[in-house]
Amino acid sequence: MNDNQQNPIDAIWDFFCSLKLSITTLILLATTSIIGTVIEQGSTPEAMAQKHGWNLGLMQFLDKSIDAFNMYHSWWFIGLLGLFAVNLICCSIKRLPRVWYTVKNPVLVPEEKMLQAFSNSEELTVKGDESAIKEKVNAFLTSHFAAATVTEKDGKTYYYAEKGAWSRFGVYVTHLSILIIFIGALMGSFWGYKGYVSIPEGSETDRVYRRDKQAEAPLGFTVRCESFSVSYYEGTRRPREFKSVLTVSENGQVVIKDRKVIVNEPLTYNGIVFYQSSYNPIGDPSFGLQVKERASGQVIDLRVPFGATRPLPGGGSVRVENYGDNGMIVRLGVTGTDGQRRIVDIYDPSTNISDERRGGEYIFTHTGFFQRYATGLQVAKDPGVEVVWLGCFLMVIGTMVAFFMSHRRIWVVLTPGSKGMNLRIAGNANRNQPGFEIGFDELKKAFKNEMSS
Amino acid sequence: MLFNIVTIAFFASMVAFIIYLATRSEVVALIGNVGAWVGFVASTAAMGLRWYESYHIPGGYGRIPLTNLYESIVFFAWSIILIYLIVDIKYKQRAIGAFIVPFAFMGMIWAQLGLDKSIEPLVPALQSNWLTYHVITCFLGYGAFAVACGVSIMYLIKIGPEERSKGTPLTGLLGMFPPSRVLDDINYKSIMIGFPLLTLGIITGAAWANYAWGTYWSWDPKETWSLIVWFVYAAFLHARFTRGWVGRRAAWLSIIGFAATIFCYLGVNLLLSGLHSYGS
Repeated sequence: MNDNQQNPIDAIWDFFCSLKLSITTLILLATTSIIGTVIEQGSTPEAMAQKHGWNLGLMQFLDKSIDAFNMYHSWWFIGLLGLFAVNLICCSIKRLPRVWYTVKNPVLVPEEKMLQAFSNSEELTVKGDESAIKEKVNAFLTSHFAAATVTEKDGKTYYYAEKGAWSRFGVYVTHLSILIIFIGALMGSFWGYKGYVSIPEGSETDRVYRRDKQAEAPLGFTVRCESFSVSYYEGTRRPREFKSVLTVSENGQVVIKDRKVIVNEPLTYNGIVFYQSSYNPIGDPSFGLQVKERASGQVIDLRVPFGATRPLPGGGSVRVENYGDNGMIVRLGVTGTDGQRRIVDIYDPSTNISDERRGGEYIFTHTGFFQRYATGLQVAKDPGVEVVWLGCFLMVIGTMVAFFMSHRRIWVVLTPGSKGMNLRIAGNANRNQPGFEIGFDELKKAFKNEMSS
Repeated sequence: MLFNIVTIAFFASMVAFIIYLATRSEVVALIGNVGAWVGFVASTAAMGLRWYESYHIPGGYGRIPLTNLYESIVFFAWSIILIYLIVDIKYKQRAIGAFIVPFAFMGMIWAQLGLDKSIEPLVPALQSNWLTYHVITCFLGYGAFAVACGVSIMYLIKIGPEERSKGTPLTGLLGMFPPSRVLDDINYKSIMIGFPLLTLGIITGAAWANYAWGTYWSWDPKETWSLIVWFVYAAFLHARFTRGWVGRRAAWLSIIGFAATIFCYLGVNLLLSGLHSYGS
């Protein structure tokens, strides 16, 4: 059949199988992906135009024409990914049977032309008993490379040994892995959701706000926030840990009790995962103060709510005026026995800043910051995530095999001649020829030595 | 400080390799090579020392020195030299050092002169083992792409005159370059090393994101750019199998790939907004 007059179905098939399509799709995906990194996704034309001073008309046009503000979920981008997937499938369907055939039906008896085509080959003539030589060749291949298949044909003896035949499948494992990742992603988008809950300390919820539905939905169990806390690196205001303690119950039964949830350590129950993501103070805090009257040495402990005033020994009083840095700094309004009002700042003990040296009639020590919080948790349900990890695992294996392993084949041909037995060894690798050559040169030397001895 | 020795060693190595191209002196080439080794060892020691120090700063709890822009640049330079030294051992083509070591030197000089070197304890989001796997795989991949880019530039410089000379060996500066066939091969091999590492880097990043935020992929600019880089090199690898895409076009794709890598690494942080902020 003439190539120029292909029937349309074959032409379409060849189009979807072609490497040109793969390369074009990859480059198109790469270049179009840039759009969404410049235009903030989920933003609006108005917001972007205002933020960067870009032309509003252009922004609106991009929004309407190519869905540029949600481009990774637009029909054309998903379509491009679909084309990529179809191309992968077609390529594999076209080439896999051929590779399968090569692996399953190795060339046990190579033609003269094929042997001559290999740059890696060597010939030598040995004298001696035919069966002894055959035995030697067999033993050599087994010990130096791999066990050989022996074929006798037209008076010649052919030995064939191979290594890493399966490495030819590495490419297809990689291709399959991409499809598996796509399937996992689809599963996630059909049966999963992303959401958010905010739970005040000491209370519980059995509902979650779902972003996809923009509404609350039942969880099927109850999550209770026992406590939330922030800790800092010693002597600094750098947060070290955001910690929620959560309890999960289902049908009135506690199933997970007092589980610590921090950033990078989520809690999973029934396939729903809770991630520490934010927090909010609820209501006003109160403060622990230890007050020492300098004159009498008398010490009292107080717990003062924000904005409240408490009497002090000797007739003075203290009021919490303000606070900052999550209670690390507290500003007090202190009225002395002289009736004068002074502002005193005290600091969390971890800062090692003491009020002693101020020299006032009262010495204040910060002994606690009591704030009720609501913990903010991201909620995710993604039944496809394991499938995605399976795909990722296969991709790593596949690329490693495809790049770093090769199918190496060695043939030895015995031809009886007038001067003795003619031996010919030839080898080939489907990948990394230079690397194979180095190994083959060693093998050749060893072969000569052992056969001549 | 030890990091200054690294910078000086890379500088000496770079200068030696450039002089080597002009003088053809094997001794000078050896100096360049030794410079690269000294810099590599010093850089390893300096990072180790910084790691040790992180346990002893006030409020410090020890963390791997891969968590801010300064440390990542230092590690990037280290990765470039590591891949270069591997290629050097395999191919023994001294001249390519002149086009690869400068990348490492430029990184180090920028880090030493322009970036904040203080060791800060980790914010909660970065307290994860995934950080280590993610950063190491990504940067080793970037290092391999830098090497590929360096030899691609050499290829493009050499190929024109080589074709015009029709088989007679080139003299002068270009005569010192490895044959274009070898440059093309090193380009391909480096990307073969870099691509699986980048793949691992993206996967470990996705795993970490899933662990910290509950979503393995959110089309954040950094993620998207890493995927763009992946697409470019995937195109490169497939292009090798079709005729007409070795040589010049492959070299150009490799350079474009590295430009995208650099944008992914630095451009995204400096020009776009997103989740990767190097703690600043």
